[in-house]
Amino acid sequence: MATQVHPLEDAVIGPNQNNTTITEKISDIVLGKDAPLFWYIGVLAGLSLAGGIAHGAAWLVLKGTGVWGLNIPVGWGFAIINFVWWIGIGHAGTLISAILLLFRQDWRTSINRFAEAMTLFAVSCAGLFPLLHVGRPWLAFWLMPYQNTMNVWPQFRSPLVWDVFAVTTYATVSALFWYTGLVPDLATMRDRAKTKVVRRIYGIFALGWRGSARHWERYESVYLILAGISTPLVVSVHTVVSFDFAVSVIPGWHATLFPPYFVAGAIYSGFAMVLTLAIPVRHFYKLHDFITMRHIENMAKITLATGLVVFYGYMTELFFGWYSANEYEQYMVMNRISGPYWYMYWTLIFCNGLTPQLLWFRKIRRNLVLLFVISLVVNVGMWLERFVIVVTSLHRDFLPSSWGMYFPTFWDIILYLGTIGQFVLLFFLFLRFVPMIAMFEMKHLVHKSEQVKQG
Amino acid sequence: MAQLFHTSANMIARLSLLAVVLGAGGGLTALLTVAKSPYNTQQNMPVDQPVPFSHKHHVKGLGIDCLHCHTSVEQGAIAGIPPTKTCMTCHSQIWTEAPMLEPVRESFRTNESLEWVRVHDLPDYVYFNHSIHVNKGIGCVTCHGRVDEMPLMMKANTLQMSWCMDCHWHPEANLRPRSEITNMTWAPPADPDERLALAQRLVEEYNVQSKVSCSVCHR
Repeated sequence: MATQVHPLEDAVIGPNQNNTTITEKISDIVLGKDAPLFWYIGVLAGLSLAGGIAHGAAWLVLKGTGVWGLNIPVGWGFAIINFVWWIGIGHAGTLISAILLLFRQDWRTSINRFAEAMTLFAVSCAGLFPLLHVGRPWLAFWLMPYQNTMNVWPQFRSPLVWDVFAVTTYATVSALFWYTGLVPDLATMRDRAKTKVVRRIYGIFALGWRGSARHWERYESVYLILAGISTPLVVSVHTVVSFDFAVSVIPGWHATLFPPYFVAGAIYSGFAMVLTLAIPVRHFYKLHDFITMRHIENMAKITLATGLVVFYGYMTELFFGWYSANEYEQYMVMNRISGPYWYMYWTLIFCNGLTPQLLWFRKIRRNLVLLFVISLVVNVGMWLERFVIVVTSLHRDFLPSSWGMYFPTFWDIILYLGTIGQFVLLFFLFLRFVPMIAMFEMKHLVHKSEQVKQG
Repeated sequence: MAQLFHTSANMIARLSLLAVVLGAGGGLTALLTVAKSPYNTQQNMPVDQPVPFSHKHHVKGLGIDCLHCHTSVEQGAIAGIPPTKTCMTCHSQIWTEAPMLEPVRESFRTNESLEWVRVHDLPDYVYFNHSIHVNKGIGCVTCHGRVDEMPLMMKANTLQMSWCMDCHWHPEANLRPRSEITNMTWAPPADPDERLALAQRLVEEYNVQSKVSCSVCHR
């Protein structure tokens, strides 16, 4: 970056940080006696929203999926929209932790821990929807291939089954990756904790980490292997999710564009969510030295780049609708633009097509308030994208006599808000009980930047 | 600093890893075993009935044919439970004072059906039809077992879907001539070539097909 205006601001770590200050700053957030007021507010808000899951799921199980707005022709409504939305959000965490690690991008270090946590929490929210959508969640284990009493296996030709494997693999690997990266820091927490109970709790989770050379050597290889396993998942999981649509023959779904378009959308929404979380966390916990403007700007740039791919996807959809010379595809395009859900489509274009263009400007990328607002708009836009794909394609397909409209009910909405609550709640608990920034990796950065200074 | 954990913690940690693996594997195996066991399927477990009707006595002892009571098996979805009148064709003449048969007489007097306990109870989402099976050459004994040796009725088979599917994939193995449908002791020819020839003949003659699509049984 030759044109740096404030060279110090663009470092990956503040200038006055050393090994001691890093450990103290980050571990004190967890080990400090009392949490700040905003933490209690966040937990309370998350908890009360998350109550919506209990409420919504209980009623759903009692009454059946009919309480949702689903009906033929739109058999896939909020459940799939929200599932894809949450799964997509998770992808930024994996990209930051795995791909940026393999590419040795220093700036991943301070954001990878909570981006991965975000992945885990987003996947846990996503997983709820298909489980509840099956109507009888206690039988959801039928999705797994096992030697059952029915002598039937899941339909391996169905992308919905691939989805089960993709998402369970994703959740497992993400959890392992996150936890492995945590172990050295958990040992630090164990050593710094003041009471014996807390020391023992962190001690159990630290798995006897002593920081010996042999430990580090093993840690580094395991972490690299896990990064290697996670890397294809960044691409494969959302590709499989896109197959849920692309393998069918519904106009607007049956497109080879879908896998790359979905993967770009996932990373786009994921980075927007990381920004949504990082900007307030940085502000409230005063982490300006750890999450610097370099991090913020880089994330904004990735959001812009992937946003452009997504926008290209929208344009390609329109083009191929016309170019297909297929009556149904052409109608689908017209129906998206000017049909009964036109306002959804045009809001989507505003959110994902126009808004990210603001990120071309350095001034805007460095304006935290504006960037925060943009990240929220992007999140809304990506939700709308899934709504447009799912609903406008289904509600008017081949047979005009069976056209219909889809509107969510109270139970759709309460469950969706509930998962947002669950996400917020889990994230606030994470902030309080787990060191949110990888301390030992930050120290590595200090070491490196000292080497640079000495020449 | 004093040690946080006793040295035994190392062993506990290793054992707990082992316990997770064995526990998960063992737990799953146990669940699958229980699911297929008579504890779950009620296979070979006699069921109490309002009258301790003995198929052994009536079929083997007296030689009454299945169709004498289960009259609709060749035409209908259900084989049919006989009305009390059928019992009374004989029991108005013999064993007229037997206390064991009092519920039968009472049913006949009051015109209220006897409430038999269903032994072969498929889930409501399974549409089983007796007539198609009987007319394609599947004998009673193939599914219901040696009813002529059951003092009290019980399930001879699990009635689990895997058991249905075993035959639906390869129905030819269980075919017999229609004339032998109710025969409890009929056996296919011992000679493998003859057995194969009979199976092939019956498959062709009765137009037997392997039906494994979901909607055959779940509509």
